[in-house]
Amino acid sequence: MFDLDIPFFPEQASTIAVLTDVFTFGVIGLGLIIGIIVVILMISFVVRYNHDTTADRTNPVDEHTTLELTWSFIPLVLVLSIFVWSANIYYNLYNPPSNAINMYVIGKQWMWKIQHPDGQREVNTLHMPVNQPIKLTMTSEDVIHSFYVPAFRIKQDVLPGRFTVMWFEATQTGEHLLLCAEFCGTEHSFMVGKVIVMEPDEYEKWLREGQTALGANAAAPAGQTISGDALFTQKGCVTCHKIDGTQGLGPNLKAVGTQVELDTGDKVDYNEEYMRESMINPQAKIAKGFSNIMPTYQGQLSEEEIILLIEYVKLLNGGK
Amino acid sequence: MNTNITSVSQTHSGTEAAKMPEQHYLNAGYDLKSWLLTTDHKRIAVLYFILITFFFFVGGLFAALIRLELVTPKGDLLTADVYNRVFTAHGAVMIFLFLIPSIPATFGNFLIPLMIGARDLAFPRLNLLSWYVYALSSILFVTVVLLGGVDTGWTFYAPLSTSFANGYVVLTIVAAFFAGFSSIFTGINFIATIHKMRAPGMTWFRLPLYVWGHYATSLIIILGTPVVAIALILIAVERVFRIGIFDPALGGDPILFQHLFWFYSHPAVYIMVLPGMGVISEVIGCFSRKRVFGYKFIAFSSMAIALVGFLVWGHHMYVSGQSVYAGMVFSLITYVVAIPSAIKVFNWTATMYKGTIYLQTPMIYALSFIGLFIIGGITGVVLASMAADVHLHDTYFVVAHFHYVMVGSAVTAYLAAVHFWWPKITGRMYSEFFGKLAAIITFIGFNLTFLPQFVVGYLGMPRRYYDYSFAPEWQIWHAASTLGSTVLAVGFALPVFYLTYSLIYGEIAGQNPWGAKGLEWEEASSPPAKFNFDKMPIVNQEAYAYDTPARGQTHFRGVTSRESLSIPPTSAETSHI
Ligand code: HEC
Ligand code: HEM
Ligand SMILES: [Cu+2]
Ligand SMILES: [Cu+2]
Repeated sequence: MFDLDIPFFPEQASTIAVLTDVFTFGVIGLGLIIGIIVVILMISFVVRYNHDTTADRTNPVDEHTTLELTWSFIPLVLVLSIFVWSANIYYNLYNPPSNAINMYVIGKQWMWKIQHPDGQREVNTLHMPVNQPIKLTMTSEDVIHSFYVPAFRIKQDVLPGRFTVMWFEATQTGEHLLLCAEFCGTEHSFMVGKVIVMEPDEYEKWLREGQTALGANAAAPAGQTISGDALFTQKGCVTCHKIDGTQGLGPNLKAVGTQVELDTGDKVDYNEEYMRESMINPQAKIAKGFSNIMPTYQGQLSEEEIILLIEYVKLLNGGK
Repeated sequence: MNTNITSVSQTHSGTEAAKMPEQHYLNAGYDLKSWLLTTDHKRIAVLYFILITFFFFVGGLFAALIRLELVTPKGDLLTADVYNRVFTAHGAVMIFLFLIPSIPATFGNFLIPLMIGARDLAFPRLNLLSWYVYALSSILFVTVVLLGGVDTGWTFYAPLSTSFANGYVVLTIVAAFFAGFSSIFTGINFIATIHKMRAPGMTWFRLPLYVWGHYATSLIIILGTPVVAIALILIAVERVFRIGIFDPALGGDPILFQHLFWFYSHPAVYIMVLPGMGVISEVIGCFSRKRVFGYKFIAFSSMAIALVGFLVWGHHMYVSGQSVYAGMVFSLITYVVAIPSAIKVFNWTATMYKGTIYLQTPMIYALSFIGLFIIGGITGVVLASMAADVHLHDTYFVVAHFHYVMVGSAVTAYLAAVHFWWPKITGRMYSEFFGKLAAIITFIGFNLTFLPQFVVGYLGMPRRYYDYSFAPEWQIWHAASTLGSTVLAVGFALPVFYLTYSLIYGEIAGQNPWGAKGLEWEEASSPPAKFNFDKMPIVNQEAYAYDTPARGQTHFRGVTSRESLSIPPTSAETSHI
């Protein structure tokens, strides 16, 4: 039987949710005002000028440039104001605050794998602290997926072959739906999970329990419990990228957040996406003063390993 | 002098009982060959009409399966895989086999020559070829469905379509490719015809707005369709030869596909709706017995939509990973392109002011179009806003939006056209009572079906979901939608019966049962003669001169008396290829 309390409105559980709702219903309201005026006019004309009425039909108008320009100009001004409002919200959606905690998300047919900053992993659930900006660095192992949390009013496609980033700050503890919004094959509608928002101390506790229960790289599948440290040696990175302060064939890997100068003279942000590209497609951007001898690791590193290496490099610099 | 049928005015006054003309295109030959090898634009239009109607109901059957599956949160009627194949088939059939050809290939084909005073389209054989290519495409689609279908969605996003989907992707692509060619042929034909075949006196600004709509649409078709055709071929190439184009595992870029796809597919939404807007201009003008308000603004707004519509495709990609700044530019241009649509709505409304309004069936459909298009337009502006789209993209809110524009508007306009020009095409009238009833049932059923989808979309229901057992409380909205869709189905099915009935038992319509202006009504019989006009029509007024007497009678706007130039049929039949 049907549930008697009919849902009309999704929960507002993030800082952005209120902004989005006010905006959306503002625009709908504005549109409806204009729409209803038009419909009322239409109905009144249909009634008044029905062929069997004797309404005054003298001096009909069929052209009126001033009128046309007015009703072109007013909507134009309206939509331009809506644009500014919307662009403002959107811009913030794509600029994570600097105190955001970074987590990794890997989508694959048909599950979400999440990795926390100190290595805990989980599948189809994302535990996170309330009132704390979270940044997700996401990639896919196969097709395009889309990470969608309706209660947060936010989604971002998750692409194979590169990182995309999103961030949000939850304002309510509790469980929220996590859905895949991009059609990704047979079990698309089962690629669902939960975002579990907790008080910060509970989240800390959850993190610690995860560690003690399962050891350092907790939820890693059996046989795959390798650390970033070990990978860096095993994959031979260390032969070119020295970690003992001496200069090798490659640059000493530096801190995320700074900029790198390329041999073309351009500067690019030194972030997760740049590091990822350096491993998969090292020829794309060459650091100034170095030659393009770094081999590509495409096909040799899984998405999880890439993330471990990135986190390791960040650790080398004090975890920034 | 004016004794021939083309100038005897048989307006709505209906003094003498209407008679079927002795010779017309329908009785110009009854054998199969006279239909299948015809180059008469009117017969080709009828051929299209038959196939398109068939595929509309095929697509509707798939829709019924989707709606039935979603009545319950658990996926129980179909399997997940079959469900995906069903919605793909629904989308592909409705878009490629029904909506894109709907108004252009049937009413465009039938009416453009009649409206501009030509004997046929510029390239009659190309016209026939376009029908055969369309038929080929439809056979391929049917084959795909019979073989088991395809599960990529009509959008064919890579790398799902190139490296993961396991249905008949390549065959579907070939089918879509042919459908595209068929519409390119039609587009070329219309542009050439409108440029070169207008009767003497038919200046650009005397063209019916319907013809302007088709002119703009044809431009989009010939500029946009090749791009999507090539993008689809690239999908096939990557899938078959594993050459990396879109799949990052092969070194490709999946966003590139989305750019190529939407570069066509956004303008394609205007291919679907611009001809419909043209229909509405004709119908509102006729049933208000008044010149359409702001003729030039409506004509130019079609052209503006066609051109600027090519610059907004990125609004489908706000959350795809495209740059934030690109998103902003696309959003801004999208808002701008919404203005010409709004202008049209205002002008139609203003047309009714001081008109003489007849609420006959086509007018009911037209009014229903305006109402539904307003809702489609408002939600379009919502989705064009990045802030809202981040939440709403790929949810049922989008599904509801595009059904308001593609079904609520485009299909409603198509039905308005069917009911408006049915007497012209068949020479018979249908039942006014059932016509109005169907129009009203369709309007109610449509809103019952799609209004709930806005709500469930805002709640977060993603599109293309087969199962929503994680949120069973959404069921009430899905159930309401399915209920509405049964009402809608009745509205769509009714015309099949009373229109078919009218073919045999319908009252004889006479040349101009609505008292409309425009060459197709005033100068051609119903059904029109094989070569449309006995004499080359001379045009000295536009198609909306409702405040002037019928042509061939006394005075006309601007020109005082009308001459009829006698030109033997052969010399009017100019540029056949
Ligand atoms: C054969 C030597 C060599 C090996 C092995 C190697 N690299 Fe590199 N790497 C380089 C060189 C040279 C550059 C600078 C040129 C460029 O940008 O490609 C570089 C650049 C980088 C950069 C960009 C740093 C910057 O400052 O621009 C990162 C990150 C990186 N490598 C990570 C790795 C990782 C992780 C591995 C192991 C999986 C690895 N490299 C293995 C030689 C190597
Ligand atoms: C005029 C007729 C229109 C038609 C036929 C139409 C059709 C469509 C279709 C088919 C889609 C979904 C495509 C898909 O993902 O499968 C869509 C989405 C969209 N439409 Fe429209 N539309 C129309 C008008 C408008 C208008 C006037 C606007 C804005 C001013 C608009 C803005 C959008 C946006 C932004 C989306 C993308 C939503 C998303 O995917 O997140 N549309 N439309
Ligand atoms: Cu998915
Ligand atoms: Cu679009």
